[in-house]
Amino acid sequence: MKTVRIIPRLDIKGPNLVKGIHLEGLRVLGKPSDFAKFYYEQGADELLFMDVVASLYERNSLHDIISETAKKIFIPITVGGGLRSISDIKEVLRVGADKVCLNTAAIKNPQLIRDASRMFGSSTIVVAIEAIKEGDGKYLAYTDNGREYTGVDVFEWAQKIDELGAGEIVITSVDKEGTGQGFDLDLISKISSLVSIPVIAHGGAGKQQQVLDLIKEGNADAVMISSLFHYHFIKENESKASSLEGNVEFLNQKRSFHTFEPCTIRDLKKMLIDNQIECRL
Amino acid sequence: MDNLKKNVVIIDYQLGNLFSVKQACDTVGINAKISFDRDDVLKADALILPGVGAFIEAMNNLKELGLVSAIKERVNSGAPIFGICLGQQLLFTESEEFGAGNGLDLIPGLIKRFPEKLEERKIKVPHIAWNTIYQSNQDWDKSALSELENNDFMYFIHSYYVKPSDESCILTKTDYDGIEFCSSIIKGNIFATQFHPEKSADKGISIYRNWALINNLL
Repeated sequence: MKTVRIIPRLDIKGPNLVKGIHLEGLRVLGKPSDFAKFYYEQGADELLFMDVVASLYERNSLHDIISETAKKIFIPITVGGGLRSISDIKEVLRVGADKVCLNTAAIKNPQLIRDASRMFGSSTIVVAIEAIKEGDGKYLAYTDNGREYTGVDVFEWAQKIDELGAGEIVITSVDKEGTGQGFDLDLISKISSLVSIPVIAHGGAGKQQQVLDLIKEGNADAVMISSLFHYHFIKENESKASSLEGNVEFLNQKRSFHTFEPCTIRDLKKMLIDNQIECRL
Repeated sequence: MDNLKKNVVIIDYQLGNLFSVKQACDTVGINAKISFDRDDVLKADALILPGVGAFIEAMNNLKELGLVSAIKERVNSGAPIFGICLGQQLLFTESEEFGAGNGLDLIPGLIKRFPEKLEERKIKVPHIAWNTIYQSNQDWDKSALSELENNDFMYFIHSYYVKPSDESCILTKTDYDGIEFCSSIIKGNIFATQFHPEKSADKGISIYRNWALINNLL
């Protein structure tokens, strides 16, 4: 059978789980391990941890979070942010990551994708594309959370990533990310039709129905979601954030945005199964 | 009490994450040690051959570390071995892609790659998904899968699968988008899965526990 995966995405800054809009304006939401545990119990298919400030500092600082998580959570863990070399990759795999997610370093040096997939196996190497739709309708790939212009065409880059031997592509629509306005179905279905490897769609989930549309019309093999699940979690649970770093106002108000209808992973999966989409409940 | 327990060696062929395999062992009480030392392998009560990396790199590293003959010697003298994902593939004779005689040859058979297309329909490879396993030629009640139900979901991440010459060793099969393949095998002291039990939540962890119980490793 063919199943879809639901992958909660945990953006991390220092000790905290954060969430932004268009990958920017980060708000503190809580302690990453609280969210990870809840998502595991709710039937998450994998987890992605992204060190959102790593590229700025050129290092990934998630080692402790990863090894703590991997001790208790027996589903695949992907780690991204600031991974620049074979030895960086080796290091996060050694502390408990199952896959790595590359972006900035891969665009700067595409050969890294080939070297890393030969060494660690294709399926260990995930490449993320941060796509922004330009005024002329072209999609260009950005790096560093949608801040750095590269001039690289998203569709050409996706095909190159496939040829270089990566195992999966995460396609983020920066325009939609954090807005809850739905996925960029044109972008995702075009990427999915161009490559032979699985495509993980990210950016825009605000309602369950949008996820169903994405799978049916966007042909995504997996969906990566943060706000929809995070906002449900902070509404229903207590998670003590470290207030030493970042803006915790949002968290303390237990707010959400009107564009989101927060839900659990289990709710979402039940809805998908009711609509004849296969997934593990 | 650890010194009364059997010693299990998780074979480290130097390609990455053995952390979760070790965690799974710790969780169920298997006394496991990660090692690439030939003597450790030769002295082990049981072996785990994990699934990390690429086939050629893995075999080359096993050869360089002197582990090919050590693994065969241990398994041929009856020590239980548990192969996972690539670790299952390494047990076989040869890879369709990489040529003959390249595997450990403990189980006769081929390693095949998923096709790019099936009846003009594109097949996404690697197969990265939770997918169901179902009973094949053997009853699994007495195997390490005993706590599982038919069609339970396990986590898969692979581009290749095994095709045993003698199908009687096939324990479960799985269908990926119309392609049916062997997802676990059992043959005497050899047990192996294409999926990752250590990544398949509680049901997956039960496979470690039951493998250890069956082989008196706890």
